Amino acid sequence: MNLFAYTRAASIAEAVTAAAEPGAAYLAAGTNLLDLMKGGIATPSRLVDITRLPGLDAVEPQPDGSTRIGALVRNSDLARNAHVAKTYPMVAEALLAGASAQLRNAATTAGNLLQRTRCAYFYDPASPCNKREPGAGCQAIGGATRIHAVLGWSEHCIATHPSDLCVPLAALGAQVEIAEAGGRRTVPIGDFHRLPSDHPERETVLEPGALVTAVILPPEAAAFSGHARYLKVRDRTSYAFATVSAAAALTLENGRIGAARLALGGVALKPWRVAEAEDALTGANPDAEAFSKAAAALVAGAKPSGPENAFKIELARRTVVRALTLAQAGTPARMPALPASPFSHAAGALHA
Amino acid sequence: MSIPLRLTVNGERRDLVLEDPRVTLLDALRERLHLTGSKKGCDRGQCGACTVLVDGRRINACLALAVSLDGASVETVEGLANGDALHPVQAAFIAHDGFQCGFCTPGQIMSAVGLIREMREAGESVGDAADVERVREGMSGNLCRCGAYAGITEAVVAAARAEAQAGEKAA
Repeated sequence: MNLFAYTRAASIAEAVTAAAEPGAAYLAAGTNLLDLMKGGIATPSRLVDITRLPGLDAVEPQPDGSTRIGALVRNSDLARNAHVAKTYPMVAEALLAGASAQLRNAATTAGNLLQRTRCAYFYDPASPCNKREPGAGCQAIGGATRIHAVLGWSEHCIATHPSDLCVPLAALGAQVEIAEAGGRRTVPIGDFHRLPSDHPERETVLEPGALVTAVILPPEAAAFSGHARYLKVRDRTSYAFATVSAAAALTLENGRIGAARLALGGVALKPWRVAEAEDALTGANPDAEAFSKAAAALVAGAKPSGPENAFKIELARRTVVRALTLAQAGTPARMPALPASPFSHAAGALHA
Repeated sequence: MSIPLRLTVNGERRDLVLEDPRVTLLDALRERLHLTGSKKGCDRGQCGACTVLVDGRRINACLALAVSLDGASVETVEGLANGDALHPVQAAFIAHDGFQCGFCTPGQIMSAVGLIREMREAGESVGDAADVERVREGMSGNLCRCGAYAGITEAVVAAARAEAQAGEKAA
């Protein structure tokens, strides 16, 4: 790990100023950053510790029906928050399907959005990587690509975003609140992460020094609490990143679908949400035919980035259909003991 | 560079001066305070051998910067037993053969202590078959290269049930 200067920020303004310095990085729990620093992948010259910033660790339901989730709210606290578990059950299910209990107890909401890809070539300083060094090339292309993208990738980068949490947040149209030198602004989460295009080193819309202060779930997101599931397909039953995951949420009116929300994880460098897929469900009978149409619309244009990941397109389609089928059946009263697992049995923690 | 750091470790206040901000909580415990129960397995947050409780919650000590935890309360495996009387989770690991080589065991035990607290705080019951699944998931951040998982799961389920029964009697 490189030597770095350490600053403990006392206010958001102080943090934004300190982190605007070239080479500076924010430190919250550090569960991803320290791992990257130990591997020599991240080499910040200064860490700006934001863990003592006041007012960023609360989940606050707002009078307009939205919910403000502070940037420093820990994954486990967010998942167990009674309001979140009841109102946005697929957010809780996705959180509890991610990482290990130790990591969830430390990792923060904003840190989850900003975690880096798990591409093995990105993680290996000896491999050329356009994310680490623009123009260096991409060793993943033509390499071992089982976990790589089938949507939205470019000839410069085929990595995926590993987050579980971001998938239901994208489906529910969350807003990301950002503090920067000029003040505060909010960005829809769908615009927050960038696809690789010609500049895979630019991962988000954040400018140097910009600080994520909150994630806001809009009022309409609460309508889906009765029929919302997150389904995660992975190589082992727990403590593994998604091969493919899906967040599916419905409202049902007189036996038909009123509104639908759908997003895929593990397939692109951001959660994949397509308006046509949700439109295909609106007003439809909630049956296998409608679910298959929506799944096809969601993966439209998918293309393997390597021979090893062609299977993910069909897997994504089936995962969407299954997640929609589970959502239609209704949010379970209790979180499964193995959250988001296709193998889970009933029981587990109450959804509150 | 010298950075003052105050921790409460197993109930005792410990004052340290770090010469370098790179010191992780795990290195502070092992190298500075000579509490070598917490193990450095992978040092990358993948194996759980370094699991300790910080302010009552289990985390990977290898992925936390000590300087960031100034003022925190830390519980390690060294603080569990009361004299020669083992903590119930320690006793359950012996009764159920929850280890072989023992390297991962302090992390397993601290993780189990943390899990049982989490289940109690969440009001989760312990008493049916799904508990085993819940415990397996809850302990999945702790790897055991010897493969003593069957015994570990039995030990954690037994300790959780014993605590739940004791809680019922107390209530």
